Amino acid sequence: MFDALSGRLTGILDRLRRRGALSEADVAEALREVRVALLEADVALPVVRSFIEDVRAKAVGETVLRSVTPGQQVVKIVHDALVAMLGPPAPGIDLNAPAPVVILMLGLQGSGKTTSAGKIALRLRTKDRKRVLLASLDTQRPAAMEQLATLADRAGVMSLPIVPGQKPVEIARRALGEARQGGFDVLVLDTAGRLAIDEALMAEVAEVAAVARPHEKLLVVDAMTGQDAVTVARAFHEKVGVTGIVMTRMDGDARGGAALSMRAVTGAPIRLIGVGEKLDALEDFHPERVAGRILGM
Amino acid sequence: FTKRKLDDAALEELEELLISADLGVAAARRIIDSFRRTRFGREVTQDEIRAALAEEIAAILAPVAVPLIPEPEHAPHVVLVVGVNGTGKTTTIAKLAALWKGEGLSPLLVAGDTFRAAAVEQLRVWGERIGCPVVSGADGADPAGLAFDALKRAREQSADVLLIDTAGRLHNKADLMAELAKVVRVLRKLDPSAPHSVLLVLDATTGQNALQQVRVFREMCEVTGLVVTKLDGSAKGGVVVALAQEFGLPVHAVGVGERAEDLRPFEAKAFARSLVGLEDAQVG
Ligand SMILES: Nc1nc2c(ncn2[C@@H]2O[C@H](COP(=O)(O)OP(=O)(O)OP(=O)(O)O)[C@@H](O)[C@H]2O)c(=O)[nH]1
Ligand SMILES: Nc1nc2c(ncn2[C@@H]2O[C@H](COP(=O)(O)OP(=O)(O)OP(=O)(O)O)[C@@H](O)[C@H]2O)c(=O)[nH]1
Ligand SMILES: [K+]
Ligand SMILES: [Mg+2]
Ligand SMILES: [Mg+2]
Repeated sequence: MFDALSGRLTGILDRLRRRGALSEADVAEALREVRVALLEADVALPVVRSFIEDVRAKAVGETVLRSVTPGQQVVKIVHDALVAMLGPPAPGIDLNAPAPVVILMLGLQGSGKTTSAGKIALRLRTKDRKRVLLASLDTQRPAAMEQLATLADRAGVMSLPIVPGQKPVEIARRALGEARQGGFDVLVLDTAGRLAIDEALMAEVAEVAAVARPHEKLLVVDAMTGQDAVTVARAFHEKVGVTGIVMTRMDGDARGGAALSMRAVTGAPIRLIGVGEKLDALEDFHPERVAGRILGM
Repeated sequence: FTKRKLDDAALEELEELLISADLGVAAARRIIDSFRRTRFGREVTQDEIRAALAEEIAAILAPVAVPLIPEPEHAPHVVLVVGVNGTGKTTTIAKLAALWKGEGLSPLLVAGDTFRAAAVEQLRVWGERIGCPVVSGADGADPAGLAFDALKRAREQSADVLLIDTAGRLHNKADLMAELAKVVRVLRKLDPSAPHSVLLVLDATTGQNALQQVRVFREMCEVTGLVVTKLDGSAKGGVVVALAQEFGLPVHAVGVGERAEDLRPFEAKAFARSLVGLEDAQVG
């Protein structure tokens, strides 16, 4: 599978090249292969379309048409455009705000929010030497609060005491108070998973955001996500405003095209990558690696 | 209702519609190609086209729309539930148990995810809600040993169904997949015909990686059927069509929400119509 696209493109274009000068139609045929590769990697269709238009403009330039190795040229243009669109590299979490810096975790059911909250807490405690408070606003999923409390223990950080019966907005207020009084540097708010089309729950999380005024609103996305990535990103971005993306399950073998879709729709940087279930399985984002993976190179 | 010729441009639009529903490029092409052969060039309205396309897809799905009916004569019917992380395994177990309990059977649940934080507690809460007993072990306990003990207990208590939860695992992790194979082996020491069902739970939000999930899980633990969750969301779950074409595994049920009652039979026609945007998913 590796270099599949590269091989296909080089094959098509270099064959044509031997026939004589390349035309725009030849480049268009090559771009159809790129389109298929991106769709197979689960990049969302509207994002694929605009990406191809962007690349087409660059690929019909003189250098490609006259090149001895047009296949490799096109691959390079596609790869570079993808890297640029996925960038910037390793932005990390933005903590540049008065303490307590509030981080809000957002996303669909089961995307990896709670686990990522634990991972981020561990990283901020050990690497950035921050005092972190974790709080679960998940009143929906059975044992969600116990899950976060356990992860807080493992990460060596505090978690907000569980008070049964409180609503998410009330818990957010209590967490803020606790974070201020306790002199915490960072407050991470975990939320229940919700569907992008669930009006009530989307309104609820918007209210939480209005109360907690998070500096970071992290959309947590499964690397295996398909075409729905666009709908999800758009809904969360419109209702709450996304400041960063966390891609989880990058330890799997999905090509991870959702990364491009999410980034294209929200414009927010991909801040971190989840590569396992353990709390230290969190990595910096490297756009070239993800670009290569999406292209199957 | 303006009529339009079903020409190349119209067919390409349809292909893109299917790709947007996660069928994948290959499956979308296969379907559009056979559609082209039968209907090309005729004048049709938008709705007629979509309805015909939905029929074509429903025909692919109909053979896999098979409900899961426990056979209590296995005493008990053992159901092993597997899948990658976060797809909805634990919730689906609660839903199936609630369904079967409602039919007069007595399910026993096994908290076989001894790995993830509060996974046991999660299943316990479900057990209380739906009134089904839950067998659990210590944190970090060997899931195979736990499954073995639970099957013994299920026999003693003459439970009709034994539903075994497992930790989520990515199919590309050989050690974790081997752990599942061990659960199967150990169950067979007590009952050579167990597990009677191995359900792979797939998240409808998943794209083309679902093909690889089915391929590997089927090889490692003889998956007998699928459950597709989260169809109440905006994702269409179209990869199920590609799965039906490639593997032909039964799709036993779909998840349409987070409550115990949010499980529905998989209906080929309704699913296909939702894929082409004719009506909403099987919610309600
Ligand atoms: N392999 C792998 N598993 C992960 C990763 N991140 C999270 N998980 C697993 O994914 C599953 C779901 O993670 P959670 O953190 O509970 O997801 P969530 O978004 O909080 O789920 P809800 O609260 O139910 O919406 C768990 O089994 C986690 O261990 C990752 O990067 N890689
Ligand atoms: N909207 C919706 N949410 C669902 C559905 N099924 C499960 N969920 C939610 O998805 C999340 C994950 O469900 P779990 O049952 O914990 O998934 P799991 O596969 O057991 O997860 P791990 O054990 O961590 O691998 C929870 O928030 C569930 O409430 C469904 O059909 N629709
Ligand atoms: K749906
Ligand atoms: Mg959670
Ligand atoms: Mg589970």
